[in-house]
Amino acid sequence: MLYDITHRTSYSYESNVSFSHHIAHLRPRETYRQQVRKFGFEISPQPTAVVPRTDYYGNPATFLAVESPHHELVVTSTCRVAVSPPEWPDPAATPAWEEVREACATDVLTPDSEMGEFLFNSPHVPRTHQFAQYAAPSFSSRRPLLEALLDLTHRIFTDFAFDPRATTVATPVAEVLENRRGVCQDFAHLAIACLRSIGLPARYVSGYLETTPPPGKPRLVGADVSHAWVAVWCAGFGWIEADPTNDLLPGDRHVTIAWGRDFSDVSPLRGVVVGGGEQELEVAIDVVRVEDASG
Amino acid sequence: MISSPLSHSAVVGGYQPPTGAFDEVKTGAAEVRPVCQALMSAVDRLGAAGLNDRREHAHQLLREHGVTYNVYADGHSAERPWNLDMLPLLIDADEWARLEAGLIQRTRLLNLVLADIYGPQRLLQEGLLPPALLHANPGFLRPCHGVRPPGDQHLTLHAVDITRAPDGQWWVLVDRTQAPSGVGYTVENRVVLSRVLSEEFRSHQVQRLAGFFLRRKEGLRALAPWTDSPNIVLLTPGPLNETYFEHAYLARYLGYALVEGNDLTVRDRRVYLKTIEGLQPVDVIIRRVDDTFCDPLELRSDSFLGVPGLVEAARAGNVAISNALGSGAVEAPALLAFLPALAKHLLGEDLLIPNVATWWCGQQREREHTLGRLDRLVVKRAFVGNEIVPQFTETMDEGARREIAAQVRANPHAFVGQERVPLSTAPVWTGDRLEPRPMLLRCYICATPNGYTVMPGGLTRVSASAGSPIVTSRFGGGSKDTWVLSSGPVEEVSLLDKGGRPTRVERNVSQTPSRVVENFFWLGRYAERLEDSTRLLRTVLSRLAGETGPVEAAERAAMIRTMIGREKLPEDFDENAHFDELADELRALLFDEERIGSVHELLRRVAYLTASVRDRLSGDTWRILNHLQTEFPEPIANISIHSMLGILHRLIMQLAAFSGMGMENTTRGHAWRFLDIGRRLERADNLMSTLQIVLETDAKNPAALVPLLEYSDSTMTYRRRYLATPELPQVLEVLLGDASNPRALAFQIDALRRHFVELPEHQREHPEAVKFAEQHAIFSGASFHALGLAASKGQAQPLKHLLERLLEGCRETSDLLTAHYFSHVLARPN
Repeated sequence: MLYDITHRTSYSYESNVSFSHHIAHLRPRETYRQQVRKFGFEISPQPTAVVPRTDYYGNPATFLAVESPHHELVVTSTCRVAVSPPEWPDPAATPAWEEVREACATDVLTPDSEMGEFLFNSPHVPRTHQFAQYAAPSFSSRRPLLEALLDLTHRIFTDFAFDPRATTVATPVAEVLENRRGVCQDFAHLAIACLRSIGLPARYVSGYLETTPPPGKPRLVGADVSHAWVAVWCAGFGWIEADPTNDLLPGDRHVTIAWGRDFSDVSPLRGVVVGGGEQELEVAIDVVRVEDASG
Repeated sequence: MISSPLSHSAVVGGYQPPTGAFDEVKTGAAEVRPVCQALMSAVDRLGAAGLNDRREHAHQLLREHGVTYNVYADGHSAERPWNLDMLPLLIDADEWARLEAGLIQRTRLLNLVLADIYGPQRLLQEGLLPPALLHANPGFLRPCHGVRPPGDQHLTLHAVDITRAPDGQWWVLVDRTQAPSGVGYTVENRVVLSRVLSEEFRSHQVQRLAGFFLRRKEGLRALAPWTDSPNIVLLTPGPLNETYFEHAYLARYLGYALVEGNDLTVRDRRVYLKTIEGLQPVDVIIRRVDDTFCDPLELRSDSFLGVPGLVEAARAGNVAISNALGSGAVEAPALLAFLPALAKHLLGEDLLIPNVATWWCGQQREREHTLGRLDRLVVKRAFVGNEIVPQFTETMDEGARREIAAQVRANPHAFVGQERVPLSTAPVWTGDRLEPRPMLLRCYICATPNGYTVMPGGLTRVSASAGSPIVTSRFGGGSKDTWVLSSGPVEEVSLLDKGGRPTRVERNVSQTPSRVVENFFWLGRYAERLEDSTRLLRTVLSRLAGETGPVEAAERAAMIRTMIGREKLPEDFDENAHFDELADELRALLFDEERIGSVHELLRRVAYLTASVRDRLSGDTWRILNHLQTEFPEPIANISIHSMLGILHRLIMQLAAFSGMGMENTTRGHAWRFLDIGRRLERADNLMSTLQIVLETDAKNPAALVPLLEYSDSTMTYRRRYLATPELPQVLEVLLGDASNPRALAFQIDALRRHFVELPEHQREHPEAVKFAEQHAIFSGASFHALGLAASKGQAQPLKHLLERLLEGCRETSDLLTAHYFSHVLARPN
């Protein structure tokens, strides 16, 4: 599948910002089933520094500095991405989850223990027995990992209400567990907390989801949102992704931008501004399917 | 030899070291060790009285130097005086040479480990470090991976806490690689002890500390190979930090600017210092802020102590940081378990100073080992320093041990088991005897262009009581100077040349951060506001004391009206109020620190500002400002009028001494200029406000003029000129128009005019310059005598109008000035 994606972030400030620094995770990374054909940035006002690099997790990241006074900052990224459908393993064929846990816990470096990178506390995700307790019914003894993951994903989907007013980016995931409501980012953090608390490496995937308009209605421009889901390490099979917000395993309508331990590693546009006072944020995203696959 | 030949005094003879630990002074058989014999003879010669005398002298020096350690309790911080024992720890030259080699080896090793984990991570691939040791380590900062510091120097200042096992073997307990503290206290201990024990110090051939700092400075310069004269700054979290004293002290000792995160800014991936002359590039940062707080953009986003973009500047190779961001990763106690093997692998050597045996519970076998031996081990956090109290499971009951075991099983990566090492003991003088106390010696190693070098000495810390196994300043222990004896002649170096000037002119010495200048401006304003309040209060109080007649009563009533107008007394206060009621109000004006404009409240503000510019004040100036605080009494409920007057007289003397210091002992830099501008603007403002009120309430009342002259310290000026009872036209002439009277408005305006043309990048069209020129013109055109004559005949309106315009202008000038020079900095007071 081929997509043209436009991601426009605009900040308007109450008073002048004298200068600001940002780190953007907006350029989708290349994966075995995803190629980036085109990518471009448009930034207003003109930045004094645009420094691309690859971050610790292999994601493309860009350091931006805007050093002239401004009341509004607009960052627009556009890209064309080709995504091929994944082939997730047969759930029953995946190893018992305890085997994966043991494989990842070795003292020597192996492809499994290397994923310990995603096993411990991270800024938004603590490991506690509350999360282990919530995960427990899905992770019964010797259950194949993917079966257990599908069950956990389904339980999060049914137990939790999607409610954009319930949380902010700063809501602790323990609170999400208690109040049973949130958005995709919260559900991804929750799933990660559950998996890590029982000893399984889990990472946060930031990306886009192609949405389909209701039947008979035209597609609304700018109606798409950035999305987040989770991936768990499965020894012998690699990373398996799951989308607890939609109760499914991602297919070719999920476009990956970046992954990390949690949101803080891959926030699409993180920044520190000097001055500015109150700020308003507006994000408009379009994920448009390009029919001509020769793109 | 039993004790020393001069054991007629019971001091040394009475010292009983405990059994089961190594004592630094006496052997098990209670003999004085050879290295200590000369010192112990001296101790016996001094006797209890001599030691107490020296101790008193040392306390006095420490108080005068303002050596403190901020202690946090119940969310409040308190400055605690630094505690220095009279007996130094002695180490002989041979033993020290062995320690030096071991310490340097350790710094080399940890630097190589840092270069690996922030680079290729071969140690993981080669099985020398379990991957989880890095993955679970919160000190391992992922954004810093791949950032190569200049010369691959991650660790340029390393501190190692060592002690001696009962057999005399030195052991390493803890490494400090984040932002090691204590260097400044070590110097201060030396400065003080070498003075109070000057004869002993001379006769012992003690190795000097200054050479270490010269080499440290060379090392810091070498961190910025891109320039010949690097600009080096010391980054502090600010005055509330527990070791702020030391930050200020070191900045001054080394000759670097002391800056806070807000003083620095990153532009175009370079770090700059904001000064009132513009942005100055910074090449090297000595960091006393923990690395996770150093950059809200890439590290902890909730930090207000850092510099946004600092990681990117380091990544671009445009700034060197000592220690490099991320170096806290190797002070994890868990790493101790792996260092012996790492030393073999990376250096091909055995550790010269062994570690305390450590088992990291993140490994299964080690975890079981630890849990099986809780009766003999200490359980500690694997990745946090000693902020969390170690658990001495050895002495716990079964239930408490089970609780610890459950915590370890639930989160094994977070814990280590450690062998319990009995700390060596050293005698501490308690005032009447020597008492053995467990001790730790903190040694310092720094990078230089020619490899690492060790400070010949260090910070010896002793526990708060003989029984306590915990040695840390947080829990109130004490400290000792550490004398490393020389086998040859002592190297005489100083950071000052023979003429007392720094041996090398640092480019940055004149670079004052705008925040500092702003704090000086407010210090000038608040010191003057304090003086104003003190004078108002004194003027009214002196009309309450003793037998007073109708004249005093009339003057007192006029002063009360003035103080109501100045908002020092409540709006509805009755000017004929009963004596007791008035006295109560005045006591509150003196002591109530919650009351805006009270003497105590203003004193507190002055104290805060003093602390924030402390590294810029001369020792004498600081002492005066410090006395202002320390000599101000605790509130006394029924204090007499007479005693209050005593307090106010003393305050005025001290404030006069502070102004005098400003005139006579301060270089005319920007800091001084803004201090004086603040003072002049404030004085002009207070004077005009007071005059406005007198004109409003007492324009035709001669009884108001005597106290007015007294309040503005112009009685003598008036008498010299007029030799008569005060009358309004003449009073106005003295208070407004007389440019030779330092209290007059004319004098303030003259002073401000001279300051303004000297301001950095002064331009006539700058808004504050335009505003001031306007004021100056209005002022110069006025005839105060004529206006005063009219006012005394009931025509006060033109004079009031003029004062109002001038007062408005004075306030606007102040706002424009601060906006121009400080606006890019967060506002501090108010």
